[in-house]
Amino acid sequence: MTLPSDLKHRFPLLSQVVNGHNIVYLDSAASSQKPDCVIDAMNHYYETINANVHRGAYEIAAQATEEMEQARKRIANFIGCDSPHEVVFTKNATESFNLIARSWGGSNLSQGDAVLITDMEHHANIVPWQILSAEKGFEIRWLPLTPDGLLDLDQLDQLLDGVKMVSVTAMSNVLGTLNPISEIAERAHAAGALVAVDGSQYVPHLPTDVHELQADLLCFTGHKMCGPTGIGVLWGREELLDSMPPFLGGGEMILDVRRDGFTANELPHKFEAGTPPIAEIIGLGAAVDFLNSLGMQNVRDHEIALTDYALRSLNDRYGEEIVIHGPSDPLQRGGVISLEYRGVHPHDLSQVLDQRGICIRAGHHCAKPLMKELGVPATSRASMYLYNDESDVDALVDSLESAGEMFAL
Amino acid sequence: MSGLEELYKEIILDHYRNPRHQGELECPPAHKTEGFNPLCGDEVSLTFLIEEDSIKELRIAGQGCSISQASASMMAAAIQNKSIEEVRDLSREFKAMMSIHEETIINADQEPVSPVALTLGDLEALKGVVKFPVRIKCATLSWNTLLTGLDDLDT
Ligand SMILES: Cc1ncc(COP(=O)(O)O)c(C=O)c1O
Repeated sequence: MTLPSDLKHRFPLLSQVVNGHNIVYLDSAASSQKPDCVIDAMNHYYETINANVHRGAYEIAAQATEEMEQARKRIANFIGCDSPHEVVFTKNATESFNLIARSWGGSNLSQGDAVLITDMEHHANIVPWQILSAEKGFEIRWLPLTPDGLLDLDQLDQLLDGVKMVSVTAMSNVLGTLNPISEIAERAHAAGALVAVDGSQYVPHLPTDVHELQADLLCFTGHKMCGPTGIGVLWGREELLDSMPPFLGGGEMILDVRRDGFTANELPHKFEAGTPPIAEIIGLGAAVDFLNSLGMQNVRDHEIALTDYALRSLNDRYGEEIVIHGPSDPLQRGGVISLEYRGVHPHDLSQVLDQRGICIRAGHHCAKPLMKELGVPATSRASMYLYNDESDVDALVDSLESAGEMFAL
Repeated sequence: MSGLEELYKEIILDHYRNPRHQGELECPPAHKTEGFNPLCGDEVSLTFLIEEDSIKELRIAGQGCSISQASASMMAAAIQNKSIEEVRDLSREFKAMMSIHEETIINADQEPVSPVALTLGDLEALKGVVKFPVRIKCATLSWNTLLTGLDDLDT
């Protein structure tokens, strides 16, 4: 089975005209577009059942609560989890990592301990650990990369010595590299460490099963998977989440509050202080329904084919003039293509492309330590999703040349 | 591509391809100041020599996009041998050109902002940047870096 060829029609934004051209959206690694059904589900909530959840005894409040908790179930199933209370809603992946660092890290890490991250992490999986480390004095270690942009697993066992948490991305948002999470998890567990996985780029693009990944914790973010902004997820094993203290305090997260203290609520509410982003949760529920209706294996197959086409087109046309970071085998990577073309600065490249309605990203992609490893201040990044097709790739390939004519030195 | 031509005037591309005043001066006697654009990782390093309250010489090092490189190159040409006071005035004018839109000038009840003085010379070619707000930081990077360097002289 493949994806329907007219998928673009399901995404209202993709029929926009920008600078006189039909939009060519190649920045889904930053944020994906939203299908009609997600927008409709959120509108439906606001127009018919908008009320605060978990508190009201009246009909629409009950319906809002029901829809939100149904969405939690479907999101849990989407990542192969049959216990919805293991799915905690956050604001985004960044907040999920801050929750892990504050709650688990704050109560488990001290001087002499270590956390292992990697050279390809997003700032979301770096800075929360650095903030905590400045307080607690534990060590942050970095697993290096091989020259072709894979994690250097030869160094893993040695670096694991004394590590309590391995926090690693399942897919790089710069290189596209897919990391062997279950292998890393087995070795980390054998060394007595827990494993937190950044699924921000993985969950939207590949079939995900938390048990196959063998992760203890998984973070991802709704807006990169056809869902709205303002909603992220932290999945964790029940015993682990149970053992962690609350993160933010306030309403919803308590069973009881007295003058001398409080009793925390049960999972997942223990970690969901205050009124949740109800419409966004319902929107994310609609997004996973949409992805399920396409089939995540089909999404992955489509992206492998398109990545293969893009890598071949770029290399055939530009040869030595282009450098594409990350693995060259489409099976080892997702559809994120960071490139350098004839020394044209990413800002100038993306500006020229913008004039043709082509949206790519120029910058450090919130991965400054990785930029340093690559020896560049920034890259130009084109990233693809289920609605992209060969015509989008062709537009990108064709426009590079005019940027080169203008700016190559 | 008319929008692009407004941004990338020929003279800008010329400064980008053939940047003037490249390199570094020896410190001391020269002073050094560095600036970063956190959005894109661009960095500029300026070394400059002060004599009798004037900038005798300025050299540019670092990396960046065409706008930031050309702006630095034009700035170096424009401030050579100018007094620190004149450099500050010029930077104020340059920044006004970068961020004050014509509507606000017309609508404002207060004193109308004086039109950009001719002293900006080549730098006026960067006017088109205003229409591309994300690039304003590129154009002002070298100026802000220099101003920081001049402020540091006083401390
Ligand atoms: C790999 C990775 N991790 C984390 C994030 C952070 O996502 P958010 O900004 O939604 O928290 C991103 C997205 O920018 C990402 O690509």
